[in-house]
Amino acid sequence: MSERAESIRQEFQQKLGEVKEALELEKIRVEYLGKKGHITGLLKSMKDFTAEEKKNFGRQVNLLKAEVADAIAKKTVELKELELEKEINSMGEFDVSAPLDLSRGSYHPITLVQRQCENVFKSMGFAVEDYSEIVTDYECFESLNIPKHHPARDMQDTYYLENGQLLKTQTSAAQNAIYKKYRDALVNDGIPIKAIFPGRCFRNEATDACHENTFFQMEGVMVGEDISISNLIFFMKTMLSEVFQRDIKVRLRPGFFPFVEPGFELDINCLICGGEGCPSCKHSGWLELCPCGMIHPEVLKAGGIDPEKYTGFAFGLGMTRLAMMKYGIKDIRDLNSGSLRSLSQFTDDK
Amino acid sequence: MFLSMNWISDFVDLSGLDKMQLISQFSLSTAEVESEIFYKGKDVEGVVVAQIKEVLPHPESKKLHLLKVDAGEGQFVDVVCGAPNVRVGMKTAFAKVGARLGEITIASRMLAGYPSNGMCCSEKEIGISDDHSGIMEITDDIANGTDLKSVYAIDDIIFEVDNKSVTNRPDLWGHYGIAREFAALAGRPLKEPETVDLHQYDGLPAVDMKIEDPLCQRYACLQVENINKNVSPVNMRIRLYYCGMRAINLLADITNYIMLEMGQPMHAFDSRKVGKIRIKRFDQPFRFTTLDGVERKMDEDMLMICNDNTPVAIAGIMGGLDSEIVEDTTTLTLESATFDPVSIRKTSVRLSHRTDASARYEKSLDPEMAVTAIGRFMKLLLDVDGGVKVVSSLTDEYPFHYPPVSFTFDKKFIDKYTGIDISGDSIEKILTSLQFGVARNGDDFSVTVPSWRATKDVTIKADIVEEIARIYGYDNFDVHTAKAPLYPVRVMEEKSVEDKVKDLLVKRYSLHEVHSYIWAYYDEYKALNMEVEDNVKLVGSTNVNIETLRRSIIPTQLCQIKYNTSYSADFGIFEIGRTVDGVDPETNLCREYKKLAVTLFSKTKSTEALYMELCRMLAVMADDIRHQPVTFVKKEATHSYQHPKNLNSVCCGGKEIGEIGVITPGVSKKIDKKAAIVYAELDVNLLSAVEDLGLVYEEPSRYPEIEVDLTFVADLFAPIGKAISEAKSKLLKGTKLVDVYNDEAGKSITVKLTFFDNEKTLTREEVMADVDKIIGLLENDGIKLKQ
Repeated sequence: MSERAESIRQEFQQKLGEVKEALELEKIRVEYLGKKGHITGLLKSMKDFTAEEKKNFGRQVNLLKAEVADAIAKKTVELKELELEKEINSMGEFDVSAPLDLSRGSYHPITLVQRQCENVFKSMGFAVEDYSEIVTDYECFESLNIPKHHPARDMQDTYYLENGQLLKTQTSAAQNAIYKKYRDALVNDGIPIKAIFPGRCFRNEATDACHENTFFQMEGVMVGEDISISNLIFFMKTMLSEVFQRDIKVRLRPGFFPFVEPGFELDINCLICGGEGCPSCKHSGWLELCPCGMIHPEVLKAGGIDPEKYTGFAFGLGMTRLAMMKYGIKDIRDLNSGSLRSLSQFTDDK
Repeated sequence: MFLSMNWISDFVDLSGLDKMQLISQFSLSTAEVESEIFYKGKDVEGVVVAQIKEVLPHPESKKLHLLKVDAGEGQFVDVVCGAPNVRVGMKTAFAKVGARLGEITIASRMLAGYPSNGMCCSEKEIGISDDHSGIMEITDDIANGTDLKSVYAIDDIIFEVDNKSVTNRPDLWGHYGIAREFAALAGRPLKEPETVDLHQYDGLPAVDMKIEDPLCQRYACLQVENINKNVSPVNMRIRLYYCGMRAINLLADITNYIMLEMGQPMHAFDSRKVGKIRIKRFDQPFRFTTLDGVERKMDEDMLMICNDNTPVAIAGIMGGLDSEIVEDTTTLTLESATFDPVSIRKTSVRLSHRTDASARYEKSLDPEMAVTAIGRFMKLLLDVDGGVKVVSSLTDEYPFHYPPVSFTFDKKFIDKYTGIDISGDSIEKILTSLQFGVARNGDDFSVTVPSWRATKDVTIKADIVEEIARIYGYDNFDVHTAKAPLYPVRVMEEKSVEDKVKDLLVKRYSLHEVHSYIWAYYDEYKALNMEVEDNVKLVGSTNVNIETLRRSIIPTQLCQIKYNTSYSADFGIFEIGRTVDGVDPETNLCREYKKLAVTLFSKTKSTEALYMELCRMLAVMADDIRHQPVTFVKKEATHSYQHPKNLNSVCCGGKEIGEIGVITPGVSKKIDKKAAIVYAELDVNLLSAVEDLGLVYEEPSRYPEIEVDLTFVADLFAPIGKAISEAKSKLLKGTKLVDVYNDEAGKSITVKLTFFDNEKTLTREEVMADVDKIIGLLENDGIKLKQ
């Protein structure tokens, strides 16, 4: 190799070794491989050489050119890696110990509990129905076997309206309409009536931490050819076990409601003490949860269903009570207050 | 209602049985028993009968006496006693040293300087009455030193049944009916109550009595005289006291005793005042003073017991002051009657006067019981006072009979209802134990309902199911699911829309769901300068805050916004609730609507920004749920909370489904001086009724898109949007608002138009032809492209 080429090579090696960033490398590339670069210059210097010399020298210069190009390519990769490493190293540690802002929307607790109940019943083939809040005397009382002057009308102090209608005192007020809606399918096609109807109810009473004049219930009915008390216990136990996510013990006691016969009060084992007895259950181990029973024949008749052929059960679950029990809400008035300090906590649930 | 185990045991032998177990069985099979059970006499121990042998005044106290007491132990005991009724020879209850009375254990001690070795007790101290006026008086015939508990029934178990849980059981308003249930539950026979045979008086003259009104179902009476005793036996008084009544005098006590035992209210009149009994109503209102001294306003619907034309008692509720038994009464007339239950109830409600008698009558008492009760009364009276003389025959008018109730059914019917297999033998045994008449032929039953269950309680076959199932025990039921054919369950559209709206607003827009009341809040509205709009009202509301139903949820929601202003600088709430818009004159029914109300509150955003945010929310909602766009159409303000500007109808699917607006400053400044408050209220049913066009998928273009930005000098987007749609460009696939700004030329709006074709690469020329068309249309409207 000519001395000149050798010196260019050594000079290149030295400069390359000092390169720290891509711009410098590009400069060197131009300096050696550019049109006016040292290596191009070597090739240009051959114009006076003999053919034999040209061939020999040319081969050497081309080898050098290849060597330089290769070294620059390698260096390019090296520099890119260095740069990435530098970027990686430049990132600081994030403070994951800092409190996170979790503020977001929320559902009303009644919506959450209602959806849980609805889902259980939907999974068992029940339709979910809705009904008006203002109903007629017929819907709320007459059709439910509660004639005028019946003491049951006293038990529930009713908000009557100027036009003779009333704010429904119980979700049972929808029963008659539900029977009429589904009776044809029952009678003609043998499809049992299976429906739940959650809704808001009203009773004229003074409010305190345990009493509200506006509250939610969920009524459920099932009517078919062989629906029995045994079925009623099964469905109530299953639904409550699903809602509370544990095995719930239920028991029935006789209870009097004009729209069922036999009528029951359904108790569940106390969720707080598990049935041992505690102040919450007045040391009885049981909590009274929901009235239920076999639908009274007169109520079926009013709904256009033959009580000789069909039987059915009905229950009225207190959704407000259930939500309070489930979430440990102590003051019932918080539910209708619109107070976001309470309500915004109900972001989501099962 | 308090119930005594001792009293129940008069009629059914429960010896050897676990009483607590029976009570809890009663609770599960008959009526709920309150959790607190009272063990009477449990804390009384070592109290004996003793006689006072000597009474000396205490030298230093006017009240105290120094006694020598014979407690049957040979030596007399020194006792210091403060009772005013001490006298030599008197027998009383004496708590010996070591005796227990509640928390106290009696010990020897010095009292005002003198030794006292025991205590003479008042009835209150023993817990058998509330009489604390002096120490107890005990009859002479009982030997000194006798344990008081062996003489009197102080030990008893008292349990309470809530009256509400037996409203449908007229037979359970006395111990005898309760005992019948215990007999059935325990499987032991029920004893008949001991009565006097009233036929022995058949020869005596009848009482002058006549029922002149069909509201009286039965009226039985008997006259007695020569009553010499005035004080009831101790055991009777203890029972009355344990069951929550005070002893008064012999006649009143027996009357109350019969009511608590048989469930039959009775009344005793002074015969001098009631010689000609007539049961009737009056034509006109009048005033009447009852024996509690209260003068009451009576009206013509109220049934009265009269002496000819003078009222002497309100039938079934309370006697009159003038005909009450007094000191010099010698002859009295006993009444045992049955009245129409609805009439008694109405009268007692109208007079606001409920008595133990009216509470029973309104449950539909069994008229058969009326005469038995007189026989029982006479038995109790004669036991105490053998000198009593009956001076009339039993005078009994019985014009109204409940129809006898009987059913036939087979075991299959019971199986169907219960869902389990209760044997024919069990069915027969249970019904017989409840004293139903049962005739059985294999699985076929013919059952007669006893009179005390047939007045309203057991009237249909399903009632028989309850009798069998409850005594069989619900705890013994085999529980299983129902067999039913499977069919798809249709989801109510409205319900699924509701769920989607809630999810969208909570999950995507971080709003909070709240609930509020259906009526307007007067005070809160007033505080926010909002008027309560006239609407349907509640009848007889005592609270003005609960009087007028709301026409819109927005005002109630603004009250809740006000309540929460310190919760956060920016928040939004929503509710799906009901509103009422007057009464439909044709149907006379309220027009009730299900509305979605949303209110946004912000201290950081401009009203316009907040308003546009709400517009977007509604548009996304409509697109998610109905896959249709929403449009906004200007409307006029009609409510006190609406800002007159920027009030728009929200339309979807060609229908108005609600409105969006700003809260007027007069109201919003009362909530927060600076915050922006905007609202929207949609009709959920109208939204559900909008056709869902469904999700439409468009294949993305495989050819490049061309975007053109155009800036127009215009106040509103509306004409631009109109021109774009009128140009009907097939290549235009998207329009986006890029910028809105103001400069010396006025307001400018920049839109980005996106063009593409799924078949080929578009040329600039093709696109510009459509763009020029749009520009041309706008120029015709006087809207120029900004250079």
